[in-house]
Amino acid sequence: MGIAKFIVKRVLLGVLTLVVVSIVVFALTQALGDPVEAILGREAQPASVAAMREQLGLNRPVITQYTDWLTGLVSGDPGVSFTNGVPVLEVLGDRIWNSLFLMLLSALVSIPIAIAVGTYAAARRDKAFDSTSSATSLVLASMPEFVTGLLLIVLLATNVWQVFPAVVRIRPGEAPWVDLGALVLPVLTLTLGVVPYVSRVMRASMIEVLESDYIEMARLKGLPERTVVWRHALPNAIGPTLQVIAINIAYLAGGVIVVENIFNYPGIGLALRDAVTDVNVPVVQFIAMLIAGIYVVVNLLADVGTILVTPRLRTRLR
Amino acid sequence: MSVIEAGLQAGLDSGRIDQPRRHRGVLVAALGLWRTRIGLLLVAVLVGIAVLGPLFAPYGGTEFVGPPFNADAPGTVFGTDKLGQDVWSRFLLGGRTILLLAVVSTLIGLAVGAAIGLVAAYNRGRLDNVLMRTMDVVFAFPNLLLALVAVTTLGRRSWVIVLIVAFTAVPRVARITRGAALGVVERDFVGAAEALGESRTHILGREILPNVAGPLLVEANLRLTYSIALIGALGFLGFGVGLNQPDWAQMINENRPALSTAPWGTLLPIFAIALLTVGVGLVADGLGRAVAGVDRGRPA
Amino acid sequence: MTMTGVVRTSTALAIEDLRIVVGRSGEDIVDEVSLTIAPGEVLGLVGESGSGKTTVGLAVLGHARKGATIASGRVQIGDVPMLELPLSQLRLARGRLVSYVPQDPGTALNPAMRIGTQLREVLEAHDFGGYEDVHRKRVTEVMAEVLLPGTPQFLRRYPHQLSGGQQQRVGLAMAFACRPSVIVLDEPTTGLDVSTQAHVLQTIRQLCRNHGVAALYVTHDLAVVATLVDRVAVMYAGRIVEHGPATTMFDEPAHPYTRHLIAAVPAMSGERAITGLAGRAPSPGHRPIGCAFAPRCSAATEECRASFPRIDVLADGHTVRCYHPMAAIQQRDHTATAPTAAADVPRDAALTLRRVSASYTGDTVVHDVDLHVGRGECVALVGESGSGKTTVSRSVGGLHQEWTGEIHLGTTVLARAARDRPVEQRLRIQYVFQNPYSSLNPRRPIGESVARPLVVGGMAAGDARRAVADMLERVSLTADYADRYPDQLSGGERQRVAIARALVSKPEVLVCDEVTSALDVLVQAAIVELLAELQRELGLSMLFVTHNLPLVRSIADRTAVMADGRILEVGATERVLSEPEHEYTKRLLADTPRINETQLVEVVEERIDDDVALHLPAVAVPELDV
Repeated sequence: MGIAKFIVKRVLLGVLTLVVVSIVVFALTQALGDPVEAILGREAQPASVAAMREQLGLNRPVITQYTDWLTGLVSGDPGVSFTNGVPVLEVLGDRIWNSLFLMLLSALVSIPIAIAVGTYAAARRDKAFDSTSSATSLVLASMPEFVTGLLLIVLLATNVWQVFPAVVRIRPGEAPWVDLGALVLPVLTLTLGVVPYVSRVMRASMIEVLESDYIEMARLKGLPERTVVWRHALPNAIGPTLQVIAINIAYLAGGVIVVENIFNYPGIGLALRDAVTDVNVPVVQFIAMLIAGIYVVVNLLADVGTILVTPRLRTRLR
Repeated sequence: MSVIEAGLQAGLDSGRIDQPRRHRGVLVAALGLWRTRIGLLLVAVLVGIAVLGPLFAPYGGTEFVGPPFNADAPGTVFGTDKLGQDVWSRFLLGGRTILLLAVVSTLIGLAVGAAIGLVAAYNRGRLDNVLMRTMDVVFAFPNLLLALVAVTTLGRRSWVIVLIVAFTAVPRVARITRGAALGVVERDFVGAAEALGESRTHILGREILPNVAGPLLVEANLRLTYSIALIGALGFLGFGVGLNQPDWAQMINENRPALSTAPWGTLLPIFAIALLTVGVGLVADGLGRAVAGVDRGRPA
Repeated sequence: MTMTGVVRTSTALAIEDLRIVVGRSGEDIVDEVSLTIAPGEVLGLVGESGSGKTTVGLAVLGHARKGATIASGRVQIGDVPMLELPLSQLRLARGRLVSYVPQDPGTALNPAMRIGTQLREVLEAHDFGGYEDVHRKRVTEVMAEVLLPGTPQFLRRYPHQLSGGQQQRVGLAMAFACRPSVIVLDEPTTGLDVSTQAHVLQTIRQLCRNHGVAALYVTHDLAVVATLVDRVAVMYAGRIVEHGPATTMFDEPAHPYTRHLIAAVPAMSGERAITGLAGRAPSPGHRPIGCAFAPRCSAATEECRASFPRIDVLADGHTVRCYHPMAAIQQRDHTATAPTAAADVPRDAALTLRRVSASYTGDTVVHDVDLHVGRGECVALVGESGSGKTTVSRSVGGLHQEWTGEIHLGTTVLARAARDRPVEQRLRIQYVFQNPYSSLNPRRPIGESVARPLVVGGMAAGDARRAVADMLERVSLTADYADRYPDQLSGGERQRVAIARALVSKPEVLVCDEVTSALDVLVQAAIVELLAELQRELGLSMLFVTHNLPLVRSIADRTAVMADGRILEVGATERVLSEPEHEYTKRLLADTPRINETQLVEVVEERIDDDVALHLPAVAVPELDV
């Protein structure tokens, strides 16, 4: 059946993408630059440099380093930390789940809000709600995330009002939902990063559909407006929006980096920053591949979803 | 895809124009919108601060003027920062780096991306496929992540940052250019040029490029917003160029601990970056509307 | 207020003094429009683009497009005043009392919904018959009426799985489903093949007759109107300028505009060549105080410019708004300007195609074509869409490279790609494209675009400018057009610019690819007139590609008929049109609606339509339900 073959093709493409990404990541961290020089500085003693190089396994041929790393990744062993020799997975431990939780929570909050805002704005086009949400979206979308986050802190945590805490306090081993109040600002920051885009695309998509000939035809057939919007318009508007939703969910994977650092949330974003500062190459590499993996999976789901939702593409596959 | 890009997609096909219209440039149309004007104003003010600020700084960027985090330090307007340096001076000095890096990387990304997009659209077929798949791969990464990965071993050098930021801009620019160019490549005047045997460079540069200039201009603006955001994020996380040099993003990070007591060290740069990016965003949106309006042709 | 669709009065539809305005300043697009249609009668509302005819059609359903408002007037269907109904009642009337058949069925059908569902929902929304069973039965019934299979498998298809003709018939089915009293059809055969068009027209005719449905048929195509309608109303710049029975209108048209329209329609036989008219209709907001047609009318006087003429009743049912009805208009004599070249006079071949076969990524679409165009001769290449004619012309122009065989320009063999041909060869063959809206670079002034061939040929800038100015005058534009941009010109003007560009380098061969299809009737005629004139003056050899068979009479010495990638018949134009030899040509001629016959040409019943999976007998007459 056509759809199965299509999915297989896309999965293979996704795997290929990840391989290429791994090459890029590896090149940037181990092949094009010298980690040892980055750690020890340029004026280090040649003896110490050689010793560290051997200790970290960086004196092997580059190809070997790459293949070893790649096979390790795939088999579940992404290597050991440069700083303390502890396996990377152990170093990160719960942080991976914490970050996933934060991402998921933000997605669950932001996507429905965005779809609702977009649809409502399209239905009440050019009226008060539409203009206000349009202006707000524009402002929010332009500002970098760390600025949004910090402004929220200034507004709600430290300077104007003190409603929410400015940092998240989760001890190692505790579940991330232990302190829900502290999660409000981080989730809000991420939501304010996602909603403007998705709602605008939803609105544009809805408007284009509502202006199409077949919607005019549906009205001229005498169908009630409710049927026109829900049965005729929405199914056609959702398709393009799915792609954007996917991009934004994947975007959360990157947005999480900044947010965790602002709010001191114990996730991979926070760990990444430390790892980059310490030139802890295996940790950096692993986090990069993890996030890339999330991206690829989400995009794959979006592609499949779009096909399923668009009959014209669906039947072409059969 | 951004807000504005979504709008662009909707406006990119021109409908049949039955009645003659007066020819209006995109820029003129954009300036007619209040949002463009406000945006330009904001941008002008902030670029002014960033570029001309250093001329008005009362103290040097690394000059010690009083005890750290002292909001009421004498001789200063906004107090001192983490190292006892004058917040106001550092603020006036701190915009240049971000702006310069952002503009240069955007220009590079734009040039490379547009070239790739045009070639892909014109050739269609295999070359198009290969190019776009490559772009998709680069897409598979949050920009900040890629930048952090690069900075890990290669260091926080300006050329690294510029190249990596440009690199992240290329796929998006290529996609938008290709999308716009595809619509143009189908049109008969390109066929007319081909029938005359015009060279490929001529067709790409003189026939197709001017017709995608509109969307490209909007995209340029958007990329600038993202470049500023990315470079700012890097600085905020502590990976900006230059140790202790005045830099808006790094200032935000450095002065954060004193947010409750001596906020201006953090607030000034936050507002500056916020207003700058919003300004650029408004201009981009204004241009986007103008382009969509001009291409679609308002009905009689 | 009755909504059952039963019309008790003798008028099914009455429009009184309709006025529709647009924009904030309230410029009128339609004004003082009044007409009536009796049950079973078909009225053709004729006009060019911008005349407001579609707007009138939509207003019958109480609908106005974005930006337009129905300012005043009455629309009465039976005893239901459409324009006074609240929205909820209006919705009930739409689809049930009056329905709409859209111009482009491809975009009017929801791409994400199966056609069966879209048909059924009309019945459900109006609770036709009350039971679900009745709905299903009715769907099958109405599908049969439009000669489509009503099987569940077919109904499960999505719109994109149907051909253009099938989509249009689904549109018709949706419109007739609830047995409305009035149907508004908006150019429903645009874009359809001549044979499909003939089918669809006949279906419409039968459905209206059989069910006593009044039809408002909005169109620009006079030939179609001649074969289908009982009465005609002609619109110009938002007003009805003439109205009467079809036979009278075609035999004795009164308004100069109507006479021009008829003169612009190519005739299949007889003495007349087509005559065009320069200029264009004024747009809303630019309409003069007096008669809107006065600026273009050769019979206009001061009186015409001072005020708009009132309605004059000429004869029974024939009205006109003109101060000088029956004024003669200039018409060209067929014999004086028709192609005089005899086809059998031997001449050097300017362009020769030998055993040319062309394909698209492996699929052969043109098979073994042999064709030649003599010096100074115009050869028409006629075929429906998909016949391969455009592929042939593009191959000649060097725009399509996947072909085998030989194409000679005079004695030189041409390379496949234009880029591979030497400059002077490229300049000897020139190409004019179909779509005037996309053949000029919108970011370049006209002068630059027209000068391009000269610049490529190495001419100096000053000389090129002069040559351009010269050429612009030749195509009846003025030299100052050189500084304007394409979006400031109308479709007809743009096409003239395209022709100027093609002729500026003094080519030997001109390839015209459907150059009039995107233009209005009067403009079309003017362009063809121009081309014919230029061809004779400059001694051009021309390959004229078109799907419009009657058109070739005005311009081509010889005609080649093409279908399925093969040339079926070639010969002198007059001969091919009056004594066709090939079956296909005969069929094509039979299906082409013509203006001097007001009977519908009966479509041969036994012909198997590729579209229809099931072969159905003539339409049965169902019971009229009360």
